[in-house]
Amino acid sequence: MNAMTPITRPDEWATDQEVRWCPGCGDYAILKAVQRTMPDLGTARENTVFVSGIGCSSRFPYYMETYGFHTIHGRAPAVATGIKLANPELDVWIVTGDGDGLSIGGNHMLHLLRRNLDVQLLLFNNEIYGLTKGQYSPTSRTGTRSPTTPFGSVERPLAPCAFAMGAGARFVARTIDTAQKNMPEVLKRAHAHKGTSFVEIFQNCIVYNADVFAAFTEKKNAADNQLWCVHGQPLLFAGGAKGLRLNHETVELEVVDIAVGDTTEVLIHDETNRVQAQFLIDMPFGPFPMALGVLYCDPATSFEVAVESQRNRVVGDKVADFNALLRKGQSWEIKAKELRAV
Amino acid sequence: MATAFNDVFETQNNQPAEAEAVVVRFAGDSGDGMQLTGGQFTLSSALSGNDFATFPDFPAEIRAPQGTTFGVSAFQINFGSVDIETAGDEPDVLVAMNPAALRTNIQSLKKGGLAIIDTGEFGARNLAKAGYAVNPLTDDSLAQWQILAFDISAQTLAAVKPFGLGNKEALRCKNMWTLGLALWMFDRDRAPLIAWLQSKFSKNPVLAQANAAALNAGHAYGETAEIGGPLKQYHVDAAVAEPGYYRTVTGGESLALGLVAGAKLAGLEMFFGSYPITPASPILHNLARLKEFGVTTFQAEDEIAAICSAIGASYAGQLGVTSSSGPGIALKGEALGLAIITELPLVIVNSQRGGPSTGLPTKTEQSDLYQAVYGRNGDAPLIVLATRAPSDCFDVAIEACRLATQFMTPVMVLTDGYIANAAEPWRVPDRAEFHAFPVDFDAEPDADGRVLPYARDPQTLRRKWIKPGTPGMMHRIGGIEKAIDTGHINYEPANHQAMTDIRKAKIDGVANFIPPQAPEIGNSKGRLAVVGWGSTYGAIRKAVQRARAKGLDVSHIHIRHIWPLPANLGELLRGYDKVLVPEMNTGQLKTVLRDQYLIDARPLNKVSGHPFKIAEIEAAIDGMLG
Ligand code: SF4
Repeated sequence: MNAMTPITRPDEWATDQEVRWCPGCGDYAILKAVQRTMPDLGTARENTVFVSGIGCSSRFPYYMETYGFHTIHGRAPAVATGIKLANPELDVWIVTGDGDGLSIGGNHMLHLLRRNLDVQLLLFNNEIYGLTKGQYSPTSRTGTRSPTTPFGSVERPLAPCAFAMGAGARFVARTIDTAQKNMPEVLKRAHAHKGTSFVEIFQNCIVYNADVFAAFTEKKNAADNQLWCVHGQPLLFAGGAKGLRLNHETVELEVVDIAVGDTTEVLIHDETNRVQAQFLIDMPFGPFPMALGVLYCDPATSFEVAVESQRNRVVGDKVADFNALLRKGQSWEIKAKELRAV
Repeated sequence: MATAFNDVFETQNNQPAEAEAVVVRFAGDSGDGMQLTGGQFTLSSALSGNDFATFPDFPAEIRAPQGTTFGVSAFQINFGSVDIETAGDEPDVLVAMNPAALRTNIQSLKKGGLAIIDTGEFGARNLAKAGYAVNPLTDDSLAQWQILAFDISAQTLAAVKPFGLGNKEALRCKNMWTLGLALWMFDRDRAPLIAWLQSKFSKNPVLAQANAAALNAGHAYGETAEIGGPLKQYHVDAAVAEPGYYRTVTGGESLALGLVAGAKLAGLEMFFGSYPITPASPILHNLARLKEFGVTTFQAEDEIAAICSAIGASYAGQLGVTSSSGPGIALKGEALGLAIITELPLVIVNSQRGGPSTGLPTKTEQSDLYQAVYGRNGDAPLIVLATRAPSDCFDVAIEACRLATQFMTPVMVLTDGYIANAAEPWRVPDRAEFHAFPVDFDAEPDADGRVLPYARDPQTLRRKWIKPGTPGMMHRIGGIEKAIDTGHINYEPANHQAMTDIRKAKIDGVANFIPPQAPEIGNSKGRLAVVGWGSTYGAIRKAVQRARAKGLDVSHIHIRHIWPLPANLGELLRGYDKVLVPEMNTGQLKTVLRDQYLIDARPLNKVSGHPFKIAEIEAAIDGMLG
C-alpha cells in the first residue's frame, strides 16, 4: 500500500454504539489506537470487516464503523476464512483474546496461521477470562488464583507468540494496550504484511487481573524492561545502556551492558530470521526484557492467493458448460425404443 | 421387483430365458474389488436399457484383515425391464468369492436361488476365519439353494498367465473374470467394458489386456459350462423409459450437481466448506473438481470450521454450503444457531448414518430427523428437506438453494448413506428446464437514509442481504440478540419476544411457498396412508403397489418438506382411517406428525443398518388392514 493522504478521519471509524467495557479496561486504549490508525491505512471503511469470537475483546466490531461480524466462541478465524476466500478484496481483521483464540479456538488459530490467510489478527492477552468473571485462562501464570483455581493454577501457561511461530506464522508482533506511540506502527506493519499478521497485545483487565503486566508496562519500569525491536537496528533497551548478544558457545542470548556507544557485540534485529525471532520470543521475562514490536516478518504466499491462482490455473480456458457437466460419464440416449451408447 | 427369475420358462434352442427383473449380489473380501465389479455391471445394465437400483454394502474398515466376515464387501443390484424402485429384497444370484462372503450373505439368497462360489478360496484357513467348522460345500447345509462351486481363482490365473503378472496381481483380475461370467449370464455386450478397462489402465496396457482376458475367459466359461449345470443364460429386456438423455448417478454425484445448479439459479458463486466424514465425503470430492462452475471448496480443520467458513462466505455474498453426517452435524449445532440468528443463507447436507456417536459409519439410517428439526439450543427453527433417491438429490439440492436464498435461512438437507452410494438411471434435465431465482443484494439505505439490515420483506419475512464492500451500508451483526430493525445488540425483553416470534413465523411461513402434499399412489382419502420420508421411498412404493394389486385401499404419501411440513398435510392425513409411518429409526417422523396433527400415526421401525424390505412393509400394511 502506498503512503497516501488519509481519506477518512479517526472519528469516522467509530460507531454511535455505547462502548461497554469496564471503565479503565485496556480495551479502550486499543480501540483508540486502531481507530487512529485506520485512516493511515488508506483502505475504505466499506471494504473493511472486523470479525470476532466471544469474550470482552470480541465486542470490538460493534465499535468500528466498518462491516462487522461478532461470531461464536473461538470460531472467528474460520468465519474470516470463508469471508476472505469469498471476497479476497476485503480487508479482514480478527479480534480475539487468550481464551477465545488459544483455548476454545486454538485449533482454528493453528490452521489459520498454517494456511497464512491474509488477515490481521489482534490477540488481546489479559491472561484471564473476563466476560465469564475471572477464571484462569490458557495464558494465566502458574499459581494464578481465580474462582476455578482457588488454590492457584497448577497449569503451565501457553506463550502466544511461540504458539504462532510453531503454527508457521509469517508475521509475529507484540505490543501493549497503552503503547499509543508504538501500536499504530505495529498495526500498520501488520496491515502491510500479506498473510496472517499475528499481533499479541498485552491488555490490562483492570477487574480480574489488574496490573499483571506492570513489571514492564508501568511507566517506571518501561525503559528498563521494554525492548522495541526494529529491523536492521541493534537490539537495545534501557535507553541504549543494555543490549542483547548471542553467546556463541552456549547458543543463548545474554544481556550486555553497553560501554559508551559501543554496540559491536549487540545483535542486529533481523525480522526475517526465524531462529532469532524464536530467541526473542522465548527469552524469559525478568532476566531479560520483554521483546516488543515486529519480532518476525517473512512473507510467503497467502492462502487466498494460492487458492485463486490454483483456480485460475486449473480452470484455464475451460468453459463452464452445465449441460455437458450433467451428461458427463457413462450416459445414453433413449429415442423412442432405440438405445445407443454415447 | 425381482420375482420373475425363478419362474422363467425353460431355456429353449439355446435362446436365453426371459426374466422381468433380477437381483444379483456380488460379495467378496474388501480387496476383491466387488464394488468395482458391481459398478461396472451397473453400467452394463444401464447400457442395456434396464431400469435398476443398487445397494453397495461395504465395511467400515478400510482394509479389514483378509478373509474375515467383517471384511466382506458386497454390492447388490436389482435390474429389470419393469420399474425398479429398490435394490431388491432377496438376491436371485449370489456371487461369493470366499467363505466369509458366503457365510454373511447366503441367508439372504432367495430359496432356490443360485450361489456361484470360488472354491479356490475355500482352504482351511479361510474356512476357519469365516467361522466354518466344516466346509459348507461338503455337507448339505446349502441344500435349499442351487450351488455352482468351482475354482474361479485357478480359472483366472490360467486366463492371465500369458501376461506374466505376479500371483497377487493375477488374482486381482478375479473380479473381472466374475464380471465376464455375469455379463454372459445376462446376455450383455462386453465391448463397453473392454473399452472401460483400456481407459482405466491406459498407463499400463499389460494390466488392461490381462483384465480383458479375464473378463473374456469368464464369459467363455459361461458359454461352455452351461450344459447340464445350474448355470443358465437370461435376457432382461430394456425397460420402457421416457425418451431422453440418461446417465447413472449416485446420490453423492447428483447432490453435488444440484448444488451447482442451485447456486447458478440463484446467480451466486458457491462456497463449500466441509470436513471429511463417511458417508458424506463424496459430495466434497465431486465439487472439488468443479472450479470452473464458480465453486470454491475448502477442506476445513474440523466440522465447526467447515460450517463457520460457509457462514463467512454467505456473509460475504456467496452461497455457503456445508456437508457432514450426524456426528459432524452435532458439532455444527452452535454455528447453525449463529446462521439462524444472523439470518444468512446456508445449505447443510446431512448424509445420515447409523448412530448414536460413531455408530455405524457405513450403514444407513434415518435417525437424525429430531436433530435436524429440533437439535439446537434456543428456539432455533430452520428448514429441513429430505431426499428420497439418488436422482432426487438433484431436485432437492436446488430446492434447498432456493429456500435458503429466498428466505435468508439455513436449510438442512437430509439424505443418507444408502442414497449417497446407490446408483440409478437418471434422465438428465436440460439447463433450460429450470426457473432461476436470482438474489438481490441490498445496496441502498431506506427512504429515511437508514441502514436496516433486519428490515424485512412483508411476504416472506426475508431480511436484507448486504454484502461487505457495499459503500454506505456498513453494519454489524452477530450472535447476540438483534434489535428488530438495526440488528444492533438488544437485550430488551419485548425485542427478544418479537425476534423469536419473527424467526418462527418466517420458517412457518415457508409452508406457503412450497407445493402442497399429494399422495404418490392411491386416493387422497381412504383406509390407510403409508407416510414415509427419505430413502424408504422405493420400498414403500412397491409395497403399496402390491397391496393395491391385492385390492387393499392404501395410499403412499412421501414427504420432501420435513420442516415446515406442507400446509395441507394435516388435513390430508385426517382423510385416512389409519396412518402407518415406516422409518429407519425408532419413530421420529411419527412423533412429529402426532405432535403437529394430533393423529394416531403408527410406527414401523427398523434400525439394522439395512434398508427396509418391500415384504416387511407389505406385511405391516396387511397387519393394519387385516
Ligand atoms: S472484565 Fe476485564 S477485560 Fe473485560 S471489560 Fe472488564 S476490564 Fe476489560
